[in-house]
Amino acid sequence: MSGILEISRLTVTLPTPDRPKPVLSDVSLSIAEGQAVGLVGESGSGKSMTARSIVRLLPPGARVEGAIRYQGTDVGGLRGAALRELRAGVPMIFQDPRAHINPVRTIGDFLTEALRIRGRVGRRQAEQRAVRVLGEVGIADGGRRLRQYPHELSGGLLQRVMIAATLLAEPKLLLADEPTTALDVTTQAEVMAVLDELRRERGLAMLFITHDLELAAAVCDRTAVMYAGRVMEVRASAALHDDPLHPYTAALTAARPSLERRADRLATIPGRPLSAFEAPDGCVFCERCPHVREGCRTRRPELRPMSDGEVACLRAEELQAASHG
Amino acid sequence: MTVVSATLRAGRGGRGERGRLGALGMAAAGVIVLAVVLAAVGPILTTADPNASDITHAYGAPAAGHPLGFDGQGRDLLSRLLTGARTSLLGPLWIVTLSMAAGIAVAITAAWVGGWLDSVVSAVLEVMFAFPGVLLAMLVAAVFGPGLNAAVLALAVAYIPYIARLVRSAALAERRKPYIQALEVQGASALSICVRHLVPNLLPIIAAQATLFFSYAMVDLAIVSFFGLGVQPPDADWGTMVGGGQSGVLQGYPAESLLAGGCIVVLVVAFNLLGERLSEGRPTSRPWPWRRTRAVGAA
Repeated sequence: MSGILEISRLTVTLPTPDRPKPVLSDVSLSIAEGQAVGLVGESGSGKSMTARSIVRLLPPGARVEGAIRYQGTDVGGLRGAALRELRAGVPMIFQDPRAHINPVRTIGDFLTEALRIRGRVGRRQAEQRAVRVLGEVGIADGGRRLRQYPHELSGGLLQRVMIAATLLAEPKLLLADEPTTALDVTTQAEVMAVLDELRRERGLAMLFITHDLELAAAVCDRTAVMYAGRVMEVRASAALHDDPLHPYTAALTAARPSLERRADRLATIPGRPLSAFEAPDGCVFCERCPHVREGCRTRRPELRPMSDGEVACLRAEELQAASHG
Repeated sequence: MTVVSATLRAGRGGRGERGRLGALGMAAAGVIVLAVVLAAVGPILTTADPNASDITHAYGAPAAGHPLGFDGQGRDLLSRLLTGARTSLLGPLWIVTLSMAAGIAVAITAAWVGGWLDSVVSAVLEVMFAFPGVLLAMLVAAVFGPGLNAAVLALAVAYIPYIARLVRSAALAERRKPYIQALEVQGASALSICVRHLVPNLLPIIAAQATLFFSYAMVDLAIVSFFGLGVQPPDADWGTMVGGGQSGVLQGYPAESLLAGGCIVVLVVAFNLLGERLSEGRPTSRPWPWRRTRAVGAA
């Protein structure tokens, strides 16, 4: 299967004063054209780092192994103008729009800058296009908004502006790094609906990073679960949600609150999330896994195809048989 | 209705502006503007030739057409002060402009590229810090001959490290801000980000510092001129006048030194006050009130 984005065995190591620490190890993931892939996991599991690796926005001194191919080109070999070309074509929606927009320039400046500088479009024309795209993300009075400053807009509006900016780049692949985490719950739904609708309309592929399994299931075709810098399981969102293969995914789905179930306490996963550099030799989840066997502590499971997806667990078949039997 | 709201707006705007600079800051700005205007229109105010010497009027008292009297060589003091204002203002202006241009370019490059380049630049700046500006100016004057240009160039070079250090640290902090990273991810080139976003957003700091450096440059240039290595006689300059008036002081005619020295002190204090007020200024929602956004075409 060759997709618009192919990440294979991506390993990223960051330098620290005492020793280099891995933040991602052996991450493999592919996104087909027009497909939305969710990336879920706890804080520090490497979700954002994966997205940042794609546009090469890594801290200085980061060592990257493995390959990231965007439309067949290896991203790792890009320099200068070619790298800027890639970045312009793979826009990123950030968690906190307010921090990611120059606060002293107008919304109009923000939206039209790339068009006018990269696309060599005239100011009038660029502004008209900006107003049109603002309309598409549900901002009706675009002409007025263009003249406003970021502090005059609410978080939800600003995130829509951010989405509009990514659409102006006419991308084929979109990176969304927790685009609704910083927003009000009520605004979250609206912004998510706008993003989802526009993505489907335009047939954009998307890498969607979130903490929210349900949201990923609702928005994405496939979902990848990350833990300690590794991919644990990749499957069709619905399947992953209803019938998780990996014990970690199962624990996550068991931990989420439900309207149908009454519970005094929510289920939790014992222990604390590990960072990639603390990972033990064997399976990174072995210390918190209820199904751990001796083999799990010594042998590290690779991500391997199973039923309709991929899973990195030595006992996946066994456990599946047990739960279905 | 419209009149009322217009007045309200004007009232708010006025308070905002005064609130930013304060009464003292506004007064300082007024003094500076006055000095610039006087330097510009000097020849209209006085018809006397600043360099025409008439020894019969040496240390002469104020007379008709010569409200401040004469110096030791019988030259009109008022016209010399006014002409001197030009070099005394233009000199520091050049020093600040040149050192700012070079210092900002060096600092932004170092902060942006980082790594070994940043280390090298920082090391070079440290070495330059060790060289007092006035000494450097005198050295240059000794090697290339005295004159305003040599002094200005030497002082501009000597000021670079002070500006570069400040701008570099501010740029490092700004560079780490998410919006700069977002611009990088949008595929904007480093040059475009620096010119269109980084430097403009640092301008408030830079402007405040430039005002302060202007006053330092004024004093340093006056010192160089005082020692006879800056502006050359018979041309007038406040620093030269303070130096040239020394013999007058000994003979009981301190007017030349006092007047020129007074001008320097007043302006230096004004620039210091203004610079201080500018750097204290709260960040406002629209730091660039003169930036008008153009109306957008039919939506």
